[in-house]
Order: sequence, then structure tokens, then C-alpha cells
Amino acid sequence: MLQGRTGEWEVVIGLEVHAQIVAAAKLFSGAATAFGGEPNTQVSTVDAAFPGMLPVLNRRCVEQAVRTGLGLDAEINLRSVFARKNYFYPDLPAGYQISQYEEPLVSRGRVVLDLPDGSTRTVGITRLHLEQDAGKSLHDQHPRDTYVDLNRAGIGLMEIVSEPDLRSAEEAGLYLRKLRSILRYLGTCDGNMEEGSLRCDCNVSVRRPGAPFGTRCEIKNLNSVRFAMQAIDYEARRQIELIEGGGTVAQETRLFDTARGVTRPMRSKENDYDYRYFPDPDLLPLVLDPQWVAQLRAELPELPDAKRARFVAEYGLSPQDAAVLAAERATAEYFEAVAAGRDAKTAANWVMGDLFGMLNKAGLGIEDSPIAADRLGALIDLISDGTISGRIAKDVFAEMAATGADPGAIVAAKGLRQVTDTAAIEAAVDAALAAHPAQVAQYAGNPKVLGFFVGQVMKATQGKANPALVNELLRKKLAG
Amino acid sequence: MALDKATVARIATLARIRLSPAELEPLAGELSHILDWVEQLNEVATDGVAPLASVADIALPMRDDAVTDGNCRDAVLGNAPAAAKGFYTVPKVVE
Amino acid sequence: MSLLALSLAEARAGLAAKDFSARELAEAYVAAMAEARPLNAFITETPERALAMADESDARRARGEARPLDGIPVAVKDLYCTRGVLTTAASHILDGFVPPYESTVTENLWRAGAVMLGKTNLDEFAMGSSNTTSYYGPVENPWRRDGDNRPLVPGGSSGGSAAAVAAHAALAATGTDTGGSIRQPASFCGIVGLKPTYGRCSRWGVVAFASSLDHPGPMTRTVRDAAIMLGAMAGHDPRDSTSAPLPVPDYEAALTGGIAGLRIGIPKEYRADGMPAEIEALWRQGAAWLKERGAVIVDDVSLPHTRYALPAYYIIAPAEASSNLARYDGVRFGLRVPGESLEDLYEQTRAAGFGAEVRRRVLIGTYVLSAGYYDAYYLKAQRVRALIARDFTEAFARVDCLLAPTTPSAAFAIGEKSDDPIAMYLNDLFTVPADLAGLPAVSVPAGLSADGLPLGLQVIGRAFDEATVLRAAAALEAAAGFTHRPSFRAGDR
Repeated sequence: MLQGRTGEWEVVIGLEVHAQIVAAAKLFSGAATAFGGEPNTQVSTVDAAFPGMLPVLNRRCVEQAVRTGLGLDAEINLRSVFARKNYFYPDLPAGYQISQYEEPLVSRGRVVLDLPDGSTRTVGITRLHLEQDAGKSLHDQHPRDTYVDLNRAGIGLMEIVSEPDLRSAEEAGLYLRKLRSILRYLGTCDGNMEEGSLRCDCNVSVRRPGAPFGTRCEIKNLNSVRFAMQAIDYEARRQIELIEGGGTVAQETRLFDTARGVTRPMRSKENDYDYRYFPDPDLLPLVLDPQWVAQLRAELPELPDAKRARFVAEYGLSPQDAAVLAAERATAEYFEAVAAGRDAKTAANWVMGDLFGMLNKAGLGIEDSPIAADRLGALIDLISDGTISGRIAKDVFAEMAATGADPGAIVAAKGLRQVTDTAAIEAAVDAALAAHPAQVAQYAGNPKVLGFFVGQVMKATQGKANPALVNELLRKKLAG
Repeated sequence: MALDKATVARIATLARIRLSPAELEPLAGELSHILDWVEQLNEVATDGVAPLASVADIALPMRDDAVTDGNCRDAVLGNAPAAAKGFYTVPKVVE
Repeated sequence: MSLLALSLAEARAGLAAKDFSARELAEAYVAAMAEARPLNAFITETPERALAMADESDARRARGEARPLDGIPVAVKDLYCTRGVLTTAASHILDGFVPPYESTVTENLWRAGAVMLGKTNLDEFAMGSSNTTSYYGPVENPWRRDGDNRPLVPGGSSGGSAAAVAAHAALAATGTDTGGSIRQPASFCGIVGLKPTYGRCSRWGVVAFASSLDHPGPMTRTVRDAAIMLGAMAGHDPRDSTSAPLPVPDYEAALTGGIAGLRIGIPKEYRADGMPAEIEALWRQGAAWLKERGAVIVDDVSLPHTRYALPAYYIIAPAEASSNLARYDGVRFGLRVPGESLEDLYEQTRAAGFGAEVRRRVLIGTYVLSAGYYDAYYLKAQRVRALIARDFTEAFARVDCLLAPTTPSAAFAIGEKSDDPIAMYLNDLFTVPADLAGLPAVSVPAGLSADGLPLGLQVIGRAFDEATVLRAAAALEAAAGFTHRPSFRAGDR
């Protein structure tokens, strides 16, 4: 609930996400979909809507959309229809987009949100349909002209529409992240919002609790979760202030100005556009074989929720740790490779702590980790069998990150084996105590002085002394 | 169905065809004449008849996911009335 | 020149017998094309290409590698994209458009060895029944009324192709039929025009008018020629999702066998109010001819929704066209009228680029698809279409094909029927139903009107049964013995 001047307000949010389908070629043509090509080099005459050109459907795009529908626990419509959405814009060469309207490929699914307090909330998915992406219009390349690049025109998109079930910007953020995670798990969309492979339009309205839905505004083309949340917050506030000030919310399409953090209406005539949808006469209805769908269902990977639950049950992880490790399929697989045959909690700590820390600093994803999962596992083994101490392991880890070398080889090359010889450690302890009589005297009143001596002994042994033994011996000698 | 000038103007905008004010009236007349003529379809009982969108009685064919096209910028830009640096150009659109 | 008098089949035989070379044949047609210029049947002549292709044909033949249509000079309706050759759709909005690709159908023809004479004139974007809406000016029918010098329309939209073939300025031509645009001009010009089953010939590379109604097909002098051309033009195309995945039969071989026992229906609703008596008489004569040759005439076939075909067509075709023509916007090809803003550019380019008929249909189409009207117009028309298709299906349970007039009149003067668009639309009364149902139909010249103009009869058949349709048409052709000549024919002294 948001507090207005005159009372409480409920924010109602529905999200329309456009997810670029992972496929080598476009939805209706054989041009490539790779990101970042030179302008207009990934464009066929079909994409550029030349006279006489015709669409032919890419089976992989249909497959990816069906798999996504299955991953969203949705109904797959065995019969669906492609329809033309007619409007004029330079990045839409045909003057229409091939989409789906009255008969989409997927209906009625759901996404489960994991709220911070550990509870869950289910958000409905109204539909998922296939459609073409548009090209790109660049307005900043020339003072008087807009430059048009059609590389993106015709790439397959899944439009995923949620029910207006979200009630806060935070929930919207959770929904986006969860949806993104599912798509990446399935491999149907890479979820890269910066590159534009995942884009979000937010429908926002406000109402008094218990009242019917208010008029909604659509905020288009948000390309980060953070901006989506900011835009929703701003828009909700804007509408509340407007209504409390005696005004009414006009149904309109708005853009989020990321620099100023405000939404403003779109200039174009988009607001009352008549798209004149009709079934595309160059295509026939799409009819799927139920056995094909069943096969796709059988071959789905384990999805995030199931994986999280299994991590808690099988590895005894806390729900929070399980959530972190299961957020990305690559991370989950990495973790399981490390945890295999080892203490799960230890594996989890190393992955979430040291590994994530190192990757974040280096700006790398887990797929590009310089430390392979089996090597991290080997490092953990070296600690558990006493070959090295936990402290030394940190150094070895850093070396592994820098060189990609095997931990065993690093320990051998640098002579980092832990010193566990009690006599040798005792000698170092005696030497340290002898060298610092003042601190010895302080120990009685200040037990923390122990740490000083631990440091001295470690220094003397190049860090290789077994810390537990060092502590034990120092305590004995200082006490006695 | 009689179309008025305002409707003709609205349709012309949707269709992106410039009409001069003088053209609106005669066009409204022509289009209304044609629409009146097609109204005779209302004489036909069509309840329960599914619309026939295509006489092609086949399943929608699908193609393999292979890159078989594109990489032909010259072909794609070769007829452009205005192009620069590999882009099509149009008068600037203000968002 | 006697070479021009040969039909396609005869020329093919002559080339095979080495009576003459492909080069000689092409030269004759290039000269004929020039001689026929007053008809304005061609938008673009491609004599150099024709001669080069003819030379290649002769070379192949010399190597013993002659192909089915090797050396045959063919004209191409300027609606088919031809690589490297100006393609206009007879519209100002495609000024200067040179496609970097070849349509599937013409590619099939060149692969079969045919030789390209040029691009023929048509009604703009195939919208018309008179070839008077072309940006490049009207086409004249090589036929004139007896004792009357007024130029007549060749019909449309494939008027240029029809006139060229009738005037012996091409040996054969490609056309497209959406509401009758192959058959009606064929009838007006006294030639054979074949609209195959929907999907028989690929639409890839053919400028789209109405996607669910466009049918590429051949226009020729004889039924045999049409069978030969169809055999080369037809075939499955994976680039066209509505293309029929069916093998192409030997249509020429299917011409033999006669029509004994063939059941031919006479659809009573094609007897339109006010239909000229001479057309009705010719129709009855046609039935008699077929009966003489052993066909069984079934007189009481009913296609009850026939009269609603035209209004249904004039909702569906403009609707699809309004969307198909949205790509003509001055951005990527063709005419651009510079504008202050993007909207300016769009609106002025399209206003200047489209002619009056195209504009009319785009506006109608936009309207019938618009919010609030989609159900009442577009969906309603598609439901009526379903009923029209069902009428045919039920009729074909009783008969093998149908015999009907092709047009409700003979050719009219250029300028007549131009006041009322609907008067022009009524030219397609008998042709439109077969387009809506996607069924094969061929028009054969059957007789002359009282003032000496050709009249055609059409045979309509079951889906993908072009063989039967052509066989019946061949019987009609043989019986009619139409040897009348137009007032103008290239090579005639």
C-alpha cells in the first residue's frame, strides 16, 4: 500500500515482457540473429519487406516458445494463428508486424515469486505469443535524419503477458528476475536486458483498496529491472498525486526518462492506434502435434523452483543459500559439481563467498570462471585432508584464479603444505614467547593478546603452521 | 454505409495517404457507394459458418533453424532513395 | 513473318527440328514487340537479354542439352520481380525499382530455357479489369469493333500480357489472376488464359496484391501451350508457405483422352440479369459442343451464393491489399517524395505514388479492417467465402467441371465504364468465384460478339485437377475452331 495525502492506495501492475528467442535464425526468415552486427548485414529481402517476399516459420522458435510455456506451467494451444498488427514506423518495414492476436500459442500459466520473508506469491501469466521484433531507429546519428538498422527486424520474440497481479515495484522486480531465471534455465532467452534481449513494458494503475481497477498507463521499453522498478514507483506516485489533486488519469502510453527518473507521455499517435489485426494470409494456422509437445515436456531441464527445493532437501542448504545457488542454471550446475562427494555447506560457502567475490571483481560470469568446478572441489579436498590450512587455501585460490592452475600443483610448487609437526610448531611458539615478554605479561589481563602471538608464529612459519595446533600450544604455554 | 469526411480523413491517416480537403467529399461519396454495394452480404445467413481465411488446405510448413540468408547489404540498400553509412535514412522521428 | 504465326508447341517442334534457331525466333519477336508499340503492351522491353538468352539456348541445343521450353520467347507481367530488370507493378511508387532477386515462377521458366522479351503492362498493382489504371498509360486491345476505330481495353489486370500474346508480340506470357485478371483479359483478347489452383504456382517474388487470392498463371494462344507453360511454371516452393507440396503432373500428356463421359455442370446462377443474349447463346453452344464430344451435360447445377462473390471479393481483396501495400512508403525502394517529417514523407509519397483505384481500394481495405467494422465486413466476407467454396465442393460431387461464360460482355472502349468503379468491378462477375475458392479455371476463345470481338468460355474444375480442366478446354477449343484475327497483329501484312 502506498500512502497518499488522502489515504491508502493500492498499486496494480501487469508486465508485458518481450523476450528474444534463442535461435540461430529469425522467426520468418533465414537471416542471422547474432547481436552487434554491422548495420543491415543480417537482413534478408524478406526482413526488409521487399515486393513479393513471403514469411516461412522457423520451427526452433516455435519449439522455444512451447518449452517456455511448459516452463511457465501454462496451457499450450495446439492450434494458434498468426495475425498482422498494422502500423507505420521506419523500423517496421512491411508496415505490419506478424504477431498473434486472438489465438496465441500459450495461455494461462504462472510464475511463483519468492518473497524476502520466505513466503511465496503466485503471479498469473495471461498468455505467451510469438511475434517479430522490429529493427532499430537511431535518432542521434545525424541532426536531421533518423538512421534505420533492420538487423533486429524479424528476430523471434516471445511476448509474455502477466495478469495484473503485482502490487508493488518490489514484486515487479522479483517477477522479472524470476521470469528471467526461468528463461535462462530453459535456454529460450538469454535474458540480457542491456543488449535488449529482454524488454519490459509495465502497465500501472492505482486504486483505493477494494475499488475496481483504475485507468492504467503503459510505460514502454524498460531495459533494466532497476529502471522498471523506478518507473513503477514514479508512475504510481504520479497517478496518486493526480487523482488526489482532483484530476483523472488518462489512458496513455508513456516512456521512462532514465536520466530524470520520470515518466512522460509518448509523442506519437500510438495512444489511440487502430492496429486492424487480421490473420496473416501468407501463413496458415499453426497446428502442433501433441506428441511433439509431450516430448518437449519430457525433455525440459529441472527448473529453478524444483532445483531450489532439491538443494534444501538433498544438500541441507538453507532456503536462502539454495535460492542464491539455484538462481542461475550455470551456477547450480557448478555448485553441484563442487558439492559432489563433499560437504555441501563448505562447497556452498566457497562458491557464494570466494568464487562469487572473485568473479564479481573480475566482471565475469560463472561460465567464464577461470577456476573450474572440479578444481575448486580439489582445493576443498586439500583442506579437508589436512594438506593445507583454510588460510593458505585462500592464497591458493587467488593463485588459481590468476593462473587457472591445479591447486595440488600450486601447493607443491610453492611448498605450501601445512606444518603439522608439533615439535616444529612448539619451537616456533617458544621462540615467539621468548621474543615478546611484555606481551606475555599482558596476556593474563587481556586474552586477545593471543592473536598477536598467533600472528607471530604464522609469520615465522610462512603461514603454514596448522592454526588449530598453534592456538592450542599457545594457550597451554601462556596459561602455564 | 455512408462515410463522412471525418471518417475518410481518419482512414487516410491510418493508411498514410495524404488527402487534400477538396478530395474528402468526393472520396467519401465513392467509398460510401462501394460500401453500400457490399452491404448486400448481409442478405446471406452465415451463423455457424467458420470464416475461410485460406483455401490452401495444408499444414503450416516450418523451416529448419539455419542461417541461410542475409549478409547482403548491397541488395538490401541498393534501391534505397536515401542511405548513409549502411543505414536507411528518414526524416528524424522525435520520440 | 511466319515464325510469329507458330504456337508455342509448334515453335518448340520447329526448334527441335532445327527449322530455325532460337536466335531467329527471338529476333522475330523482338521486332514484333517493337512493331506492337502502339498497343503499349510493354512497360520494359528487354531485347538484349532476349537475344543473349536465345544464344545460350541455341548453344544448349547444340550440346544436346535442350530443355523443355528452350528458346521460347515469353513476356512477363510487370508484377513478377525479375532480377536486374526494372519492375514497376505499373505504379509510380515503384519508380526505379530493380529487384535483386527473381520470382520463383520466372526462375522456373528461365531454368526451362525460355527467353525473356520484356515486362508487360498491367493495371496498377493488379487492381483493375481494363488496364486503364497503369501509371504507364492504358494498353490497347489489338481487336477493334467492326467498323469502329475506337481503341478498346484489353481487359485487366493482365492486359499487357493478353494484348502481347494476341498481337503476336510474345509467344506466351505470364499473368496473375486475383479476381479474374488472367481469364477476363484472355477473353477480351481472344486468347487462352489459365488460372491454376491456389498454391499451384508460387507467389514468391510476385508483387502481392491480395495474398489469399493471387494466382500466377500462363496466357497463351492455345490450350496445349497453356499446359506446356503451366508445367514449367508450377511446382512446390518452400519459400511460399501457401505453396502446394504436390508434384507437377504432365499437363500436356493429360490433354489426350477426350472427354467421353465427363460430367460438365452448367451453373444456373451464372445466368446474370441483363446478360447479353449472344453470350448466353455462345454458352449453350459450348455445352452442345462438349456434348457432341461425349460429355454429359448436367443442367441444373446450383452455386447459390454466386452473386455474393463479387461483394465478398471487394471486401477481402482490398483488406489484404491495404496491408500488403503498406510497405510502399518511400523508405527502402521506389519513389520518395521528400517530407519535413516522417509522416509527411509517408503521406506524400503514397499520395503521389498510388493511382486513384489503388487509393480507393487501400482506403476501403483499411476501413473494413478497422475497429468496429472487422466483424461486420471482413469476417462476414470470409464466411460468405466459405459458403461459396462449399457450393463448389457440393457441385463437384455431381460433376467433374463447370462450363460458364468468362465475361458478361466483350471488350469495351477505353474510357467507358470509368465513371462508376462498380460498373468496372462487374466485369469480374463470372471469374471471381473461382478465385475465392482457389479452383483451377481456364478461359478459351469460343466465338465473336455481334461487333466482331472475341468472347470466351471458361471451364472450372476441382482443386489440382488442371488436367481435366485443360482436357475439357482443349475439346472446347477444337470445337470452336476460333481462327479469327485481331485488327492488329505483328507480322501481318
